[in-house]
Amino acid sequence: MRRSTALRRIIPVIAVGALVLAACGSDDDASGSADGTLAPTDTGSGDTAPTDTDPGDTDSGAGDCSSTIDDGVLTIATGEPAFYPWVIDDAPESGEGFEAALALAVAAEMGYEGDAVVWTRTTFDEAIQPGAKSFDMNLQQYTITPERAENIDFSLPYFTSNQAIVALVGSSAEGATTIADLKDVKFGAQVGTTSLAFITDVIQPTQEPFVYDDNVGAKAALEANQIDAAVFDLPTALFVSGVEIEGSAVVGQFPADAGGTTDQFGFVLEKDSALTACVDAAITTLTDNGELDAITQEWLSDFTGAPVITVE
Amino acid sequence: MSDAANPSMSASAPAPKLSMRGVRKSFGSTVVLDGIDLDVVEGDVITLIGASGSGKSTLLRCVNLLEPTDDGQVLLDGVDVAEPGLDPDPIRRRIGMVFQSFNLFPHMSVIDNIAIGPRKVLGVSKADAHREGQEMLARLGLADRADAYPDQLSGGQQQRVAIARSLAMHPEVMLLDEITSALDPELVGEVLDVVRKLKAAGMTMLFATHEMAFAREISDRVCFLHQGRILEEGPPAQIFESPTEPRTQAFLQRVIDAGRL
Amino acid sequence: MSDRPTRRERYERARRRRSVAIATVSTIVVVGASIVLIPLTPGWDRVRQAFFDGDVFLDTFPGLLGAFWLDVKILLWSTPFILAVSLLIALARNTRSPALFPLRAFAVIYTDVLRGIPVILLVFLIGFGVPALGLSRTWANPLIWGSVTLVLSYSAYTAEIIRAGIEAVHESQRAGARSLGMTSSQTMRTIVLPQAFRKIVPPLMNTFVSLQKDVALVSLIGPVEILRQAGIDKATYANFTPYVAASLIFLALTIPCTRLADWALARQRARTGATTIA
Repeated sequence: MRRSTALRRIIPVIAVGALVLAACGSDDDASGSADGTLAPTDTGSGDTAPTDTDPGDTDSGAGDCSSTIDDGVLTIATGEPAFYPWVIDDAPESGEGFEAALALAVAAEMGYEGDAVVWTRTTFDEAIQPGAKSFDMNLQQYTITPERAENIDFSLPYFTSNQAIVALVGSSAEGATTIADLKDVKFGAQVGTTSLAFITDVIQPTQEPFVYDDNVGAKAALEANQIDAAVFDLPTALFVSGVEIEGSAVVGQFPADAGGTTDQFGFVLEKDSALTACVDAAITTLTDNGELDAITQEWLSDFTGAPVITVE
Repeated sequence: MSDAANPSMSASAPAPKLSMRGVRKSFGSTVVLDGIDLDVVEGDVITLIGASGSGKSTLLRCVNLLEPTDDGQVLLDGVDVAEPGLDPDPIRRRIGMVFQSFNLFPHMSVIDNIAIGPRKVLGVSKADAHREGQEMLARLGLADRADAYPDQLSGGQQQRVAIARSLAMHPEVMLLDEITSALDPELVGEVLDVVRKLKAAGMTMLFATHEMAFAREISDRVCFLHQGRILEEGPPAQIFESPTEPRTQAFLQRVIDAGRL
Repeated sequence: MSDRPTRRERYERARRRRSVAIATVSTIVVVGASIVLIPLTPGWDRVRQAFFDGDVFLDTFPGLLGAFWLDVKILLWSTPFILAVSLLIALARNTRSPALFPLRAFAVIYTDVLRGIPVILLVFLIGFGVPALGLSRTWANPLIWGSVTLVLSYSAYTAEIIRAGIEAVHESQRAGARSLGMTSSQTMRTIVLPQAFRKIVPPLMNTFVSLQKDVALVSLIGPVEILRQAGIDKATYANFTPYVAASLIFLALTIPCTRLADWALARQRARTGATTIA
């Protein structure tokens, strides 16, 4: 009876230990599939073609435009919901909105049109984390930064945006012409954005800024008189002040070289994706033939003329 | 009714300290007190005997207004204290009650238990209340237990502390609700000793109990309760030796059979 | 007869020795296996870098500690209000007089509604909504309204805990106190509530620990407390280690609190002489 009592005690311990070991030992796909696949032709999925990373190569859509996660279909992701003016009415399939129109133009250059383009949604955060992706390319105003580039691939930039300040009319941020004028302003911005970094690194105000999960929070804080001003990229700033918050205005914008990082938007792709070169080629084509400008003009042309603030 | 039992019936008979007139009390559909009439003269010890459920506890709780009466009067010094809407707190100051389960406050020491009433209700200073409490404990033989907690005392000691707690308020009447029923037999004696001392000091008491021998020893009158009425009432000698009501006899017979008389 | 205690002692000592041996061996096996085998897994390096990066830890720790101070402040000024409000609600709910029915009804509605609404919703509703009605900058401060939200929400839960404690105090205690002539409120203050609180220390401490973490919800409306700071760091470094660092800081607060509560309970039990059933 002694023996079976002792045994009865050891067995659960061994079982737990075994479970722990089993969980650690079980392999995932990520490490297994990155190497050692033997697809001989360059139409197989999961194939890394080592010579196709030259971005200037515009040879009939060079780079492997066919190595999508779903054969024959290009999966494009954007945010949930997707905002104006990047996507109109949260319906990117319509091609209406700057990013929606741009994405379809790029897709067409890559050889995907109509039903061959499928849209999906992700959060802002999950797309720029390391790991396998549920999309081929993702666009939601992602600013190209070296930190993010360690985990994912960025395409060439498709848009350069200034930072801009939205404040309620009559606030202490109004009339500012230099950074020094903004030192005592209470700012707010979305977490993890270059806007927030701009505030803490460039403006360096005396009061710590408030931080929100999204721009919705920053806007609500403006309306609740909890902050003097919020920082967004210029198109968002113009939309917020013009359409969303009454009695607010864009009180200034900072030129692209105002310090900190330059805010350029790029497509996000999985790290070392075979499609990156293909996307770059498409963007280059659209830039060269003027179509990128036309799209920018059509969907963002309303947005001009906020005063420029210098960094002194 | 009480006059018939009171041999010293004269014009100069003192007005009763406590009177109950036609007191009725029901809990839901159960009638527990069905018209109680009782007079207690100052200095009297009135013992209530009867089976469980006969209404002894409820009667006592109606006197100090822990239970509101449905009907009837409770007269303390001639004033009806059972009147609905009357503030019961000043009344309860004058009437002390000791419970079967002691009801000491477990989070307070013995001396604090005794002092809390005078301090909170009578406005006595902490020093004075403690001093008086200490004296009372000494008289009860518990002087060395002042700083102990109720959990650390025996049942008999706890009940003596409970009596002291009640006495600290200098009540005019004391209600003792089966105060030894929860005690081991060998601890009963020390509590009954205290009751003897109270009687000797002239305290007016209403005493519900199963301790028949003791009741016979100290009572001025004994009331036998049956189904919410005082069925028989009289001096202890009469009740215990020659009860007139058959139910009283039956009850006492059962008590004798149980070896408690 | 004098043999028995010694024989039992011997037996129990042997049993204890065996249990300790088994526990030690099995712990060593499992922990040792984890320590040895987990790093051998193919993904370990990436996981370690993503969650346990020493450089990121050292870089972000001071900032996180600084941000934690805000959490502590919110905790310190919210807790007294929570206790006060929940006590009032519990007492209101506990009134027996029929004349006070509206008060009782209010307390019931208060606890029902505020326990039912998710705190996140309340934070936005009250934290943004109330100031937007037109408050001045100082009065619009999200720290005020975030704390108000925490007080409203947590007092509803705590009120129910206190009420349970009050009802756990036996009616005979009230009888004892009232028969001395103590008023209803004196009885509640000196007799019922002290006993009630001693009974509810474990669930109260539970709620307090929960509050220590829920304080982070205030970050939703702007203020940068520790979890928000960890989120900013996560975005800056593209690394989760700041969250691990933040967790350690939280544990440094919650564990001592629970041990303190245990100690206070044990001391009280020893003092009142309650026996432990072996």
